[in-house]
Amino acid sequence: MRQTLLIARRDFEAYFNTAWGYVILAIVLLINGLLFNAFAMKATARYSTEVLEDFFYFASGTTMIAAIILSQRLFAEEKAGGTMVLLDTAPVRDVQIVLGKFLAGLGMVAALLALTTYMPGFIFVNGKVSWGHMGAGYLGLLLLGAAVVAIGTWGSTLSRYQFVGAAVSGVVTVLLLLMWMVGRVSDPPIDGVVSYLSLFDKHFQPFMEGKVNTESVVFYLSLCFAFLMLSVRSIRGRRW
Amino acid sequence: MIEVTGLTRTYGETKAIEDLSFSIGAHEIVGFLGLNGAGKTTTLKILAGLLYPTAGLVRIDGQDLFGAPLEARRRIGFLPETAPLYTEMRVRDYLRFLGELRGMGGSALAGAIEEVAERTQCREALDVVIDTLSWGYRKRVGIAQAILHAPKLVILDEPIGGLDPVQIMGMREVIAGLRDTCTVLVSSHILSEVSQTCDRLLILKKGRLVGHGRQEELARMAEHATCLRVQVRGEAARFLALAASLPVVKEARIESDSDGILSARVELTGDHREAFVAALVGAGFGLRRVDDAEAELEQVFSTLTSSGPNPKVK
Repeated sequence: MRQTLLIARRDFEAYFNTAWGYVILAIVLLINGLLFNAFAMKATARYSTEVLEDFFYFASGTTMIAAIILSQRLFAEEKAGGTMVLLDTAPVRDVQIVLGKFLAGLGMVAALLALTTYMPGFIFVNGKVSWGHMGAGYLGLLLLGAAVVAIGTWGSTLSRYQFVGAAVSGVVTVLLLLMWMVGRVSDPPIDGVVSYLSLFDKHFQPFMEGKVNTESVVFYLSLCFAFLMLSVRSIRGRRW
Repeated sequence: MIEVTGLTRTYGETKAIEDLSFSIGAHEIVGFLGLNGAGKTTTLKILAGLLYPTAGLVRIDGQDLFGAPLEARRRIGFLPETAPLYTEMRVRDYLRFLGELRGMGGSALAGAIEEVAERTQCREALDVVIDTLSWGYRKRVGIAQAILHAPKLVILDEPIGGLDPVQIMGMREVIAGLRDTCTVLVSSHILSEVSQTCDRLLILKKGRLVGHGRQEELARMAEHATCLRVQVRGEAARFLALAASLPVVKEARIESDSDGILSARVELTGDHREAFVAALVGAGFGLRRVDDAEAELEQVFSTLTSSGPNPKVK
């Protein structure tokens, strides 16, 4: 575990050793703020919970995009810079390397989400929303972000070029997002299975509404597990 | 220290290395030579634990490299041709991270960082961002990370590549200094450098080991033991005429002629040293000295790696 956290810390700090981390955070926060101002804070009178739901809706999109961009460098940069050899020759298991990288990416997503809390804070101060609703929404965002970081981590293992990893992760994420459409046009029992794989529609909606759905928590964690295992296989395969 | 047995690695149908077997003792500095595509990098990567072999066994300090990879990796330090550096980090932070990753910590790690910085002559760069360092310093930092955890085996792939003459001299000192604590395996294309730095050489050709031993042993293996350096009293012209008339002499060359004392290098067609010396004495030359002429490393390397059947490894 110590080595996992060491790798996570180094990679997390690496985001801030260059302008990269700051730029990504700034851009995503700016987009989040603009979307919140333009769509959530409408001139017409609305319930605070509706405004909060809108915030989580927009934040889910920006979180997914940020997760892909932040995770694309995790392995690709090591491969391109020739530093992967340092991890490969260290007395560290492949799963520890993958987990460390994943935690670094997840840490950045968590930092990003923490920086967005001023927006629900406005709603909380000026309206009436519960801590539970906000907590559930943020838990959903974190789980959704974790799943996409896991997908991005796997994509990053595939090539030394970051854009390749980002493209593959982006395609996989979009496919998972579109599963609800496929589910609608499929026949039973396929429709149920396909709908269950829907990254947003089936599993994020309850969090937006302030509900913590165990099935969705399990789904996101399973997605993390699956793509992290694929990442381990991918980096282990390079030794063969 | 290192025992390699029957090491084979294939990429699809292509055999990168085939049935390599050799052993290296503790505190030896061994040079690893071969033409491009000979399988050097593949072998080094396997020894560093970066690649699995298709067949064969590697034991590092008695530990099976592939049976207990994590334990074996603690005993290995590796510097690839391009030093693997997190260029955005300061040298001290970089070394601290790698030390901690390899299980070190506390004051022991702090002490080890100071010590390796001293040994690799990069102490003044410890608090400098790696991105601003010269190529030579980057190599030194690369070696520093490779020896930080006091490994038993250090593998250096082209450690002097890209260095200027002054940096090469510094690097030579650094590598020689590693002998006290480690076994060192150095891969290089610069033959003269290898001959100066290494105790022994391993020569690869098309994935097979075609020679190993000290430079003189390799020279004999490459049939240069038939090269003699003789010192005789007599006339140069008469010496050359005699050499030309002897069927056992392939080539003779006068290297110096001073006060009737000749120094000559003579290449024989085979191991006919006794016949040649008898002919010299019989012809009335005053024989003062006979030595095996040391073959140039380039010559040995060229002979061992030239096309044709592989010389038999002793």
